[in-house]
Amino acid sequence: MQDIVIIGCGVIGAACAYELAKYNLAVTILEASSDVANGTTKANSAIIHAGYDPIPGTGMAKLNVEGNAMMDALCRRLDIPFKRVGSHVLAFTEEELITLRTLYERGTANGVPELRLLTAEETKAMEPSVSEEVKGSLFAPTAGIISPWELTLAMAEVAVRNGVTLKLNTPVTAIERRDGHFTVITPKERIDCRLILNAAGIHAGEIMSMAGDTPCETVFSRGEYYLLDKSEGDRVSSVIFQCPNRDGKGVLVAPTVHGNLIVGPNAESIDSPDTANTSRGLNFTRTQAMKSVPSLSIRDNIRNFAGIRANHSGEDFLIGESAKVPGLFNLAGIKSPGLTASPAIAKLAAEWVGKRLSLTEKQDFTDGRKVIRFKHLTAAEKQTVIAENPLYGRVICRCETVTEGEILAALRSPIPPTTINGVKRRVGAGMGRCQGGFCGPRVQEILSRELGIPMEEINLDEDGSYILTGRTKGEQIK
Amino acid sequence: MKAQLAIIGGGPAGLAAAIAAHEAGVRDILILERDRECGGILNQCIHNGFGLHYFGEELTGPEYAGRFIDMLKDTSVRVLSDTMALDLTPERVIHTVNTAEGYMQIEAGAVILAMGCRERTRGAISIPGTRAAGIFTAGAAQRYVNIEGYMVGKRVVVLGSGDIGLIMSRRLTLEGAEVLACVELMPYSSGLTRNIVQCLEDFGIPLYLSHTVTDIRGKNRVEGVTVSRVDENRRPIPGTEMIFDCDTLLLSVGLIPENELSKQAGIILDPRTNGPEVYENMECSIPGIFACGNVVQVHDLVDFVSEEAQLAGRSAAEFLQKGSKPAGRLITLTGGSDVSYTLPQKIRFDAMPDRIKLSFRVRRSFGESKIILRAGDAILASFKRSHMAPGEMERVTLPKKLLNEVSGNEIILEVKEA
Ligand SMILES: Cc1cc2nc3c(=O)[nH]c(=O)nc-3n(C[C@H](O)[C@H](O)[C@H](O)COP(=O)(O)OP(=O)(O)OC[C@H]3O[C@@H](n4cnc5c(N)ncnc54)[C@H](O)[C@@H]3O)c2cc1C
Ligand SMILES: Cc1cc2nc3c(=O)[nH]c(=O)nc-3n(C[C@H](O)[C@H](O)[C@H](O)COP(=O)(O)OP(=O)(O)OC[C@H]3O[C@@H](n4cnc5c(N)ncnc54)[C@H](O)[C@@H]3O)c2cc1C
Repeated sequence: MQDIVIIGCGVIGAACAYELAKYNLAVTILEASSDVANGTTKANSAIIHAGYDPIPGTGMAKLNVEGNAMMDALCRRLDIPFKRVGSHVLAFTEEELITLRTLYERGTANGVPELRLLTAEETKAMEPSVSEEVKGSLFAPTAGIISPWELTLAMAEVAVRNGVTLKLNTPVTAIERRDGHFTVITPKERIDCRLILNAAGIHAGEIMSMAGDTPCETVFSRGEYYLLDKSEGDRVSSVIFQCPNRDGKGVLVAPTVHGNLIVGPNAESIDSPDTANTSRGLNFTRTQAMKSVPSLSIRDNIRNFAGIRANHSGEDFLIGESAKVPGLFNLAGIKSPGLTASPAIAKLAAEWVGKRLSLTEKQDFTDGRKVIRFKHLTAAEKQTVIAENPLYGRVICRCETVTEGEILAALRSPIPPTTINGVKRRVGAGMGRCQGGFCGPRVQEILSRELGIPMEEINLDEDGSYILTGRTKGEQIK
Repeated sequence: MKAQLAIIGGGPAGLAAAIAAHEAGVRDILILERDRECGGILNQCIHNGFGLHYFGEELTGPEYAGRFIDMLKDTSVRVLSDTMALDLTPERVIHTVNTAEGYMQIEAGAVILAMGCRERTRGAISIPGTRAAGIFTAGAAQRYVNIEGYMVGKRVVVLGSGDIGLIMSRRLTLEGAEVLACVELMPYSSGLTRNIVQCLEDFGIPLYLSHTVTDIRGKNRVEGVTVSRVDENRRPIPGTEMIFDCDTLLLSVGLIPENELSKQAGIILDPRTNGPEVYENMECSIPGIFACGNVVQVHDLVDFVSEEAQLAGRSAAEFLQKGSKPAGRLITLTGGSDVSYTLPQKIRFDAMPDRIKLSFRVRRSFGESKIILRAGDAILASFKRSHMAPGEMERVTLPKKLLNEVSGNEIILEVKEA
């Protein structure tokens, strides 16, 4: 019998697992995808929001500001990139200047530190690339940028290292409830547990139905992005928002922690959670972004992507114990700023669990994580790591300077990658301007060699995303 | 570590430059190559068609590269393979890394950039649709098929009619795949005419000019693409969609000179070529740093790469032996409206030999036409062509004596229908 089954290993599931791993509990995470962080968590704006958007008094407002404040220490512990670059919300009209004032007041009520309303001149002095049309901005120095999938991966790794079980490729298909416990059913097995944390993202409503709860309202809202080359990476130095509208926080332009520039998202309600890009969505995104930063060079795009928001008509996250199904804790409706709030949501989830199960701290819990990122080492450090392991001297991804040593380290980590994209999310190989054109086949060779499976069976990502269809005629004869 | 001459990249450009510099008397030459072997992109080009100009016979890519690699054997040129150049400073210090020596800083008397080019990807043209497996750049597919011996798909659509896409259409057909179409955004192909005939027409593969891919379907693996006709502004025309059921999309949508190191060193790049601005002797804006091959301009024929590289090799030797060229009178070369770029960008008159080669590309196709070299209103020279296309690099010779007679310091190369 497991104490807790966490359904879904996005940032929310991983944060909960990380928090609960500190206690003497039997915890299992079930994840439908071939990897962690493969849902909404890998496709969003990657902003740690300051917290002036949520309505004062909501749980969202509190969790946003709390989550934001936790990030420095958390990211340092987990050795993942995080930068407090600050954010500007731009106003283009008199009306929008009034919106800025509202946001300022909201932020102050929510406890957001150091908010400032800036004049057009002050804004331009800080961000020379923003449009001449700007009339002023709201500056929030505590806003930041992060790598959402690395955060998720790091939290999940520490959880697994401390005894949490993670099962990938394991979709939950049904849930039974009897005698005060649950049986969670997957195609491979049935798992009994006392409590369920439902962190299934846009599919949280389905899990609610399976468990006998009334499903929450879910509006799939797609947001499309451009990711620009590093040559555009310092076009702006902070996160440039426009005034929020009915559909969300609007199109932003921001540096990423990896040195690129992210542009997006639009907001389009769709019937099924389809993450395809559309020319309509991209055109809108591009046009809106140019309004903020006219000098943007969209032709330096290296990748488009899209993410799906778990929207609903309410102003708060839909989180807490189900009224109908005791023991089912829903972490649903986690729209933006879900990423920011994730560590705070996990603390809250642990409090709920503590009311049901006795929480005693593990004596042997080991926090933290350290990764070698070759390109960030000094010359002397580079020399040292290569002396210890020569494979740090073999560059596999030439755009991002990722070495074979780093890939092998990922393969020996608590949650080893099994796919090309899994390697990319862990070490950055294939994230650069050639988008894996050069390193893809080499990463595939390393995976094939290390996992002991044929090249043809290595997938790009989920099951069925095969890359090769067989051998050439010459090789067949051999 | 120190080297008199360090060459970054051991493709055909780097190899030919090394040999030329050696012939000109430089003994301490180091080639840095990140691959296991020298030869560059030629190693995966197992088709014929290399060396017609240079060796007067038709060779495959590896054979062509092999000839140069053989010539190196009798020289004192050292090759550091499996070695990646990570950084280059204006003082000509190259930071490199490999498994044997680790992290090194190489101080070079002169440097030749010969890093080649890379392929433009899906992102560069923002093709909408899913991000399924089965989307390859043509060169990456070529590597899988020709070097690794794996097939990348069964039913293939090729976007872009660049040479690599054309060559791969034929290659995949011969390997048993069905190539359903080659789709080209422009009203003309960017590939060599001989490749259109030998790789598409001979195999009955339709070429759709003025068309593009407007959607990609398939959640995990590509299941199909939508192809639409485009208007004069290259915008898709609604209602012209054709749907192809395919499992693979190959992209041959252009090459970009690989100039990360050049940028790090602060070398001035030409936005038209995306390569370094060079003088008549292939020297870049930083003295003692030279460049040749695809890192300077994307070549269609390797023979011209070798020629350009020899010039760079000889010039680097001269720099090491005699020092910098005198500045003196500086002439700039630019192209007219139908010319996409011209090379070299700058000519130091005093240092110029009796004649130099100018190379350029046209922006659109020309039939009977004239290439005109002009200085102000004065026409310096004109050359006849029966045909010119964007896919084929053009070259003309500029004799020094023509420049004696003009006073201005700006030469314009124009093309006109005859
Ligand atoms: C366009 C966009 C921009 C955003 N920008 C920001 C931002 O800048 N800052 C910010 O703070 N927030 C942002 N957000 C919100 C943030 O991305 C989300 O709140 C957060 O990623 C949600 O994480 P999650 O773990 O709930 O969901 P997910 O990451 O989707 O994880 C859910 C997981 O559950 C798994 N799953 C689903 N069903 C099952 C099943 N039946 N069995 C097993 N596993 C299952 C899925 O495979 C998935 O891995 C943005 C969201 C979007 C869409
Ligand atoms: C697919 C294809 C088909 C072609 N077909 C023909 C044809 O039929 N006939 C013909 O005549 N020509 C053809 N060409 C053109 C010709 O092959 C190229 O123009 C020529 O190879 C360019 O030579 P290069 O040395 O400049 O570049 P490359 O051949 O690309 O060599 C560059 C070398 O530099 C190395 N390098 C790059 N960066 C670094 C670094 N930082 N550190 C260390 N090493 C580095 C690379 O590994 C590579 O080996 C074809 C080209 C391609 C791509």
